[in-house]
Amino acid sequence: MVSIDVRGACVNFPIFDAKTRSLKKALLGTMGRAGGKIGIDAKVPVIEALRNITLSLRHGDRVGLIGHNGAGKSTLLRLLSGIYEPTTGISRIVGKVAPVFDLGVGMDPEISGYENIIIRGLFLGMTRKQMETRTEEIAEFSELGDYLSMPLRTYSTGMRVRLALGVVTSIDPEILLLDEGIGAVDAAFLEKARDRLTALVERSGILVFASHSDEFLIELCTSALWLDHGEIREEGDLLQVLSRYKGKDRVTGVLP
Amino acid sequence: MQHTAAALEITESRALASRSWARAVGDLRAGWLQRGLWGHLGWQDIKQGYRRSVIGPFWITISLGIQALGMGILYAALFGQELHDFLPYLAVGLIIWQFMAGCVNEGAEVFIRNEGLIKHLPAPLSVHVFRLVWRQLLFFGHNVLVWLALILFFPRPLGWGILLALPALGVIVLNGAWVVIVIGVIATRYRDVPPVAASIVTLMFFMTPIVWDYEQLKNKAGSVGERARLAELNPFLHFVEILRRPMIGESFEPRHWVVTLAITVVGWAAALLVLRNYRARVSYWV
Repeated sequence: MVSIDVRGACVNFPIFDAKTRSLKKALLGTMGRAGGKIGIDAKVPVIEALRNITLSLRHGDRVGLIGHNGAGKSTLLRLLSGIYEPTTGISRIVGKVAPVFDLGVGMDPEISGYENIIIRGLFLGMTRKQMETRTEEIAEFSELGDYLSMPLRTYSTGMRVRLALGVVTSIDPEILLLDEGIGAVDAAFLEKARDRLTALVERSGILVFASHSDEFLIELCTSALWLDHGEIREEGDLLQVLSRYKGKDRVTGVLP
Repeated sequence: MQHTAAALEITESRALASRSWARAVGDLRAGWLQRGLWGHLGWQDIKQGYRRSVIGPFWITISLGIQALGMGILYAALFGQELHDFLPYLAVGLIIWQFMAGCVNEGAEVFIRNEGLIKHLPAPLSVHVFRLVWRQLLFFGHNVLVWLALILFFPRPLGWGILLALPALGVIVLNGAWVVIVIGVIATRYRDVPPVAASIVTLMFFMTPIVWDYEQLKNKAGSVGERARLAELNPFLHFVEILRRPMIGESFEPRHWVVTLAITVVGWAAALLVLRNYRARVSYWV
């Protein structure tokens, strides 16, 4: 039942505060390694973050997104979650989407850990009742104990990540979209988080995971999508795409 | 399982083209189904402002009470009016005004302020709209206690007319929602709108009969009466009147209802048009 179909989708960001002619000219033709192409034909300059994306995902797909910084990985995840609707082209997403891009978003420093669990869950499409039945389990996993009744602002960064990870990994998503940035936790806890993360991925119908960590990618994904300047450069088996990506990286890395 | 239903609603409609009436209405419906979320967040917003204070959200009530009392005593003396008539008139006007001004002022920043949420979580835009209107309604609920106190202190015959206050509040809330949608989307694209809106709201406060009694001025002979009648062109006046009249026991005045209901229809048509054309652009603009 869950599916993602994208056909010929482009995502163009208008940049309203960069409209001087000289700036436009300066941007023209200088395409760096990072970032999407910068279009100049429109009145307002646009950044072509994604161009002509076509992909089709079905239940059981575990896709790793690879590419340089600014290649469009996060934008593609947002396109797949429905946050961005394509400027041209079509995207069709069927299923309950759980985007995990930023562990902090939807967390309120002034309210207690327990309340944050509920709110974060509501944002991820769960009901209050569902979250209430899970607080026990999240409390146990995050090892925060009595701290959960304290306001979030008293937590250390690591403790916040624990809580956020606990909530995020407790949900039942149909489409799971993960962006990297799951760090700042101690090694022992990370092992524990991995198990939960793996279990979460197994529960979900479709996984799309953007990461620079080969190890993580290999653990969670089976196929890969290589994004380059907002376009799909290559897709297929994870190890093959990954090795070609690395190979190209090495070549361009040596020859600037 | 209303949330699953909401999720399905969203995903079903995603199959359609971005710019369609169905998706505009779908956004509103999906947002409505998530009332567990915005209901909670609206409350949270209120509690947030008064965390660690002993009196808590009742500061809302107290500060309106102080404002009404202070202005009431001053202006009653200036206009030579009886305090027991003028105070409820002024207080109710202020309560209604706070709701409307809140919708316009905060509505202009409704999407800009929620940039983080909009860019990180796929939720219908109307969730943010409903959260704001709900928060303003909660403010209203706190402020209405001042009216209750005044009615007890200065008893006046209210009669069955008071029942009209409920549909009147309903009309005002409905209008608050479309205003938030229209101004919120425009302001997200054109960032000069929030300060412009704020100064217009300040100006309109003085143009609307809240601190001055318009009925009284209208009946004056000569140019004063003429000018007071011009106030009828101000749409805010009619919204204030439909709710204030029943709350202070004044008679039913059909023309205010005609005007406000007409604005409701036109406004919602505009809101649907804005949602249809620009709903999908908001996440690009924030």
